[in-house]
Amino acid sequence: MTATNPGTELQALVSRAEDLAHDVTLRAVREWKAAEPSRKAIGYMPVYVPREIIHAAGMLPVGVFGAGESVEIVKGDAFFQSYICHIPRSVLDLALRGALDCLDGMLFPSTCDVIRNLSGMWQMLFPQKYVHYIDLPQDPSPGLGGAFFAREMRQIADDLGRMGGTPVTDGRLRASIAAYNENRRLVEELYQLRRSQFWLAPASEVYVLLRAGNVLPVEEHTKLLAEYLTLARQSGRHPVDMARVAIRGCFCEQPPVDLIRTLERAGCTIVDDDWLIHSRWPRGSVDAQGDPFEALSSAFLYRSPSCPSLYRAHERKGASLVADAREARAEGVIFASASFCDPALLDQPMTMAAVKQAEIPCTAFLYAENTGQFQPIREQAGTFADAIKLS
Amino acid sequence: MSSIATLKDPSQERQKQMIAGHFTRLAKAKESGRKVVSTFVPGNLTELLLSFDLLPILPEINALQSGMRQRSAEFIQKAEKIGHSEDVCAYVKCDLGMLESGNVGPTGEVLPRPDLLLLSYTGCFTFLKWFELLKESTDAPVAMLQVPYQGGGRATPEMRDYVVRQLREVIIPALERVSGKKYDEDRLKELLARSAKAEDDLVWVLESAKHRPSPIDAYFGAVYYVGPIFSAFRGTEDALHYYRELREEVEDRIRRKEGPITPDGPMGEQRFRLVVEGPPNWTSFREMWKMFHSEGAVVVASTYTKVGGVYDDGFRHDPNRPLESLAEYCLGCYTNRNLPTRASMIARYVQDYHADGFLVHSVKSCDSFSAGQLLILRDVEAKTGKPGGFFESDLVDPRYFSAANIKNRVESYLQMIEQRRSKVVAS
Repeated sequence: MTATNPGTELQALVSRAEDLAHDVTLRAVREWKAAEPSRKAIGYMPVYVPREIIHAAGMLPVGVFGAGESVEIVKGDAFFQSYICHIPRSVLDLALRGALDCLDGMLFPSTCDVIRNLSGMWQMLFPQKYVHYIDLPQDPSPGLGGAFFAREMRQIADDLGRMGGTPVTDGRLRASIAAYNENRRLVEELYQLRRSQFWLAPASEVYVLLRAGNVLPVEEHTKLLAEYLTLARQSGRHPVDMARVAIRGCFCEQPPVDLIRTLERAGCTIVDDDWLIHSRWPRGSVDAQGDPFEALSSAFLYRSPSCPSLYRAHERKGASLVADAREARAEGVIFASASFCDPALLDQPMTMAAVKQAEIPCTAFLYAENTGQFQPIREQAGTFADAIKLS
Repeated sequence: MSSIATLKDPSQERQKQMIAGHFTRLAKAKESGRKVVSTFVPGNLTELLLSFDLLPILPEINALQSGMRQRSAEFIQKAEKIGHSEDVCAYVKCDLGMLESGNVGPTGEVLPRPDLLLLSYTGCFTFLKWFELLKESTDAPVAMLQVPYQGGGRATPEMRDYVVRQLREVIIPALERVSGKKYDEDRLKELLARSAKAEDDLVWVLESAKHRPSPIDAYFGAVYYVGPIFSAFRGTEDALHYYRELREEVEDRIRRKEGPITPDGPMGEQRFRLVVEGPPNWTSFREMWKMFHSEGAVVVASTYTKVGGVYDDGFRHDPNRPLESLAEYCLGCYTNRNLPTRASMIARYVQDYHADGFLVHSVKSCDSFSAGQLLILRDVEAKTGKPGGFFESDLVDPRYFSAANIKNRVESYLQMIEQRRSKVVAS
């Protein structure tokens, strides 16, 4: 019996998470389904869907967040003009080559017009699959927007219950809410660890850990997070001198992992971000006792993170970003938006103005999920980190 | 210029005067004590605003007017200089740039700051961001009306009820606050009754394109026809008269077997009947129209003329169900319909209007229209057996208008139709 080495175990765990994060052809989902042939899986796109409902229907929620830099787009480009962002073309490419066949349905939230229209394209191209467009509530009152959203969720629950044969009862949904609450609690703990001791939990590792959750059952992902937290704390990694930055603009099309590593190599440690934002949505726990649909709806209305896809009349633009940056003790903000991302790029002048007014240094660049040239970004981020450290 | 002016239909002159008059009313709003509400074309609640004596101001109309008057380039550049991305909607940047430049409207008069931003969130996500930006610039209050998207291909009673409840509980109270007047449903009903009559005439005019030759161009020409009903005039006597006069004009052209009047004169022989999907380019509007009419191509149906309301499927504003019919109107606007529905509409137009083919004009600025158009193209081709064509530019950003490329595309497309005809005749 040899003693286990936390460093080696940590490396193995991160390596597994990275494989899962890059599993854009959904091998893990196929394996999950193969274990029991009646199982069903439902895909969802950014930015937010109530995954608890899919889970309560006995199905696997699967995050479909684009192919990143790993897949050469062959068919997807034929469906989109050059001025449309990259994520729909890679998602469609994966679907057209059969990589998403294991999904029995897709949910498209109201992130933007492109994701919205992709829901219609899915209906036309894959008529045998279940497709639902989720209009997230833009009215902030519980009696209007909240009731509308609760009804929308009940509709999805009915649809999935019929499809899979497992009705989404209140009891099952409460249990699913509890499972996701535990997952969100550990994600928050991970973010807290990164904020307090970033050298123990580098952003590139945090990212792949979260993204692994896109293809894993929530219980398994929660276990993965718990193991990582234990191993990271035992890792004996040493503090390093880096500029603490918050990053914004990555809530839908995801940055390549190598871009995150590039920022780290350039001297920026990311202590707050908005990538994979669904994994921290809503903030805190959802009530797992009362009417579960009302609880999910209420959590959405009152505890959604700030996201450019949501309209929030009574929030001063950028105020939550400044608050998040301060809470994370970020010394600077990087606005990294996907090219042609209307929500991010229309939001940016307002949030950037708020950041500048708060006298937090900031910089901005564009990326695509398949960006391969990082040198200009490295130089820009390095200069930004130096400026922060020297100020 | 005078020779061009004489080529306009009387209805077009009337329309021009109506629009100019509205801009003057807007410019004088402060001195006349009228409050101004900024809102959008799709899902506009003009009758409701007018029932409170509020003046609507439509930023898309301002932007397209700036485009037609060759002012949009400088406005867009101004917006980009203050941090707006080249990648985003040029309507938004044009509007913001105009605001930054003193907010001088198309008639040369300074437009007022809005007293309310009525965010009719219908069929376009960018509207949401646009009014967030305007709120930052103007500090005007916002009233948000969320119109659910027809993701499942139909407007459900639940969607309608959600909109009606918002009208009752959010929008009407906001309009009462800004106008200082109580909601008057009888007045709203009167306006809606007039709307329905004008809508009857508009539909008759649009459907007149089923005649051969078509007495109208249902895209370039119809942009003028839909102007009053899409903007500040739905429900007014002015709109009633305008659409009645327009209808009589078109009836006359049918009797005389004449085609539409183009900016360069009466259209000659109609060799091609087309359906067009997508908004027009405004900076080179006349140039683009000429590319069509000079080749004998007339547009017999278009989707852009449905962006401010779809009436040719039977919908009319209904004075007996005022708020319900306003909700149904909003839900039914073209870009609030899902892609399969849009593709089916286009296919139906191709068939019902006996078109030779259809063209997609894809604009960089508008993801709501553009994302998915290449699939629509394939789908409509498959459904109708008619050839589809595709060309790109932008709404009001002249940097994305390449006349030579578009002309080449349009001509090649028309040649293809011609060749297909020759083959059919030969076989």
